[in-house]
Amino acid sequence: MSLVLVVQIGLVFFVFVALLLSSAAMVYAERKFAAAFQQRLGPNRVGPKGLLQPFADVIKLMFKEELRPKGADAFVFLLAPVISATAAITAFAVVPFGAETTLFGLLDEPIPLQAADINVAVLVVFAIASMSVYGIVLAGWGSNSKYSLLGALRSASQMISYELCYGMALASVLILGGSLSLREIVDAQSGAWFGIIPRWFVFLQPVGFAVYMISGIAETNRAPFDFPEAEQELVAGYHTEYSSMAFAMFFLAEYINMVTVSAVATNLFFGGWHGPLLPESLGWMWFLIKVSAILFFYIWVRWTLPRYRYDQLMHFGWKVLLPIAALNLVLTAAGVVYLGL
Amino acid sequence: MASELLLFYLFAAVAVVASALVVGQRNPMHSVLLLIVSFAALAAVYLLLDAPFAAVIQIIIYAGAIMVLFLFVVMLLNAGREAVQAGTKVAAGARAAGGVLAAVLGVELVWAVAEARRVTGAVPLDVDPAVVERLTSVRAIGQKLFTEYAFAFEVTSILILVSMVGAVVLAKRRGEP
Repeated sequence: MSLVLVVQIGLVFFVFVALLLSSAAMVYAERKFAAAFQQRLGPNRVGPKGLLQPFADVIKLMFKEELRPKGADAFVFLLAPVISATAAITAFAVVPFGAETTLFGLLDEPIPLQAADINVAVLVVFAIASMSVYGIVLAGWGSNSKYSLLGALRSASQMISYELCYGMALASVLILGGSLSLREIVDAQSGAWFGIIPRWFVFLQPVGFAVYMISGIAETNRAPFDFPEAEQELVAGYHTEYSSMAFAMFFLAEYINMVTVSAVATNLFFGGWHGPLLPESLGWMWFLIKVSAILFFYIWVRWTLPRYRYDQLMHFGWKVLLPIAALNLVLTAAGVVYLGL
Repeated sequence: MASELLLFYLFAAVAVVASALVVGQRNPMHSVLLLIVSFAALAAVYLLLDAPFAAVIQIIIYAGAIMVLFLFVVMLLNAGREAVQAGTKVAAGARAAGGVLAAVLGVELVWAVAEARRVTGAVPLDVDPAVVERLTSVRAIGQKLFTEYAFAFEVTSILILVSMVGAVVLAKRRGEP
């Protein structure tokens, strides 16, 4: 077995573990920030400053009883959380998180820092995001519970509606980058205008970024768009009937999806691993900083804004966001063709 | 090469078996799920043919968008198990007609594949990567679609628009603005 293959497999394993740990970190960060926003202390009993709280949560969930409602479709009921978690983890496979590296001269040929370098990476992320709807829909249908079914129906219509805007925001960046490969789009953003302003697409695509973030939040079912699990109406939406590790897998999927949306946003709009001061080989630090900033924005929004009403969500998605996204796409295309941006 | 062939047979088998099982399910939900499996296996076959764009589009459009609508319909109609009594008789004429149609379709399929092989030769799995790039890149597909096949493309979009308008008209209750 060649060394490159070993390193590649190691990289895949690394991404997998990093995603699992990132969701643990997100749980801790979410609880700590929520506490800070609400003038509380947050978790502070398990480990120093409550740092071991996520692991305590996981252990607690593992020892809980696995319940299945009467009349539930056993196979579909078990399949749903698996689809959710698998789709969430798979989507990150094509996301690059650093420049090419030889691992301190270990390898002869530099390898890209990402699990799989595919030339249609952006579309792969989009395709897998569209597959993750199934996890939620099947959970709702397989539970044989009215709350779950209503949550799933809402979630499916919400995700389909916002997927359009999501796709159009992606397309406007693709036009600027002139490629479907995330790596090439990131490399198109290296350097700076006038030596100061970094060449990030967010400055060319402020509207595209806003549309992307809003529909990204809706796609990941986060507040203020968390209708699939609106507590006061639907108990807990599609995962009402789930307990123990099956519930944990939905939870995991939600946080990993947030990380993926943030990582793709970093690559598309904020120049990925390109940044001042640090050398190219330490670019992944810039990547981590940018992704963390966007994730903080996610948490910040959740604990600041109240939930919308369902009809407002649909109205906003179809009659406000979609026309803006379409107009932005047309203007971007015109700009590239006539001004040669 | 050998592993590629092995993967092809694996995914081809998954696609065929899943498609066959779609018809045999009593529960419409399981049929929909099996159809998704079949589409995903087909996407994998496209990948093996060095057509990643077609594969991803297959997932987005068929496995993603269209099947979600199928699921929606199944869920909204709350179609449970198909109520087929043990004694249900299918008319002999219907059986015969179905059998003949299936046979004709099968022969047609075999003939089409054989004819395609005769005209273009067998489709090799490992052609020149430059040629593959020229044929399957997003740029090439886009240029073909918007120049040579522009008319078909526009007609299709009008067809979809018409069906959309039709759905809205049908869904709207009389007297509503």
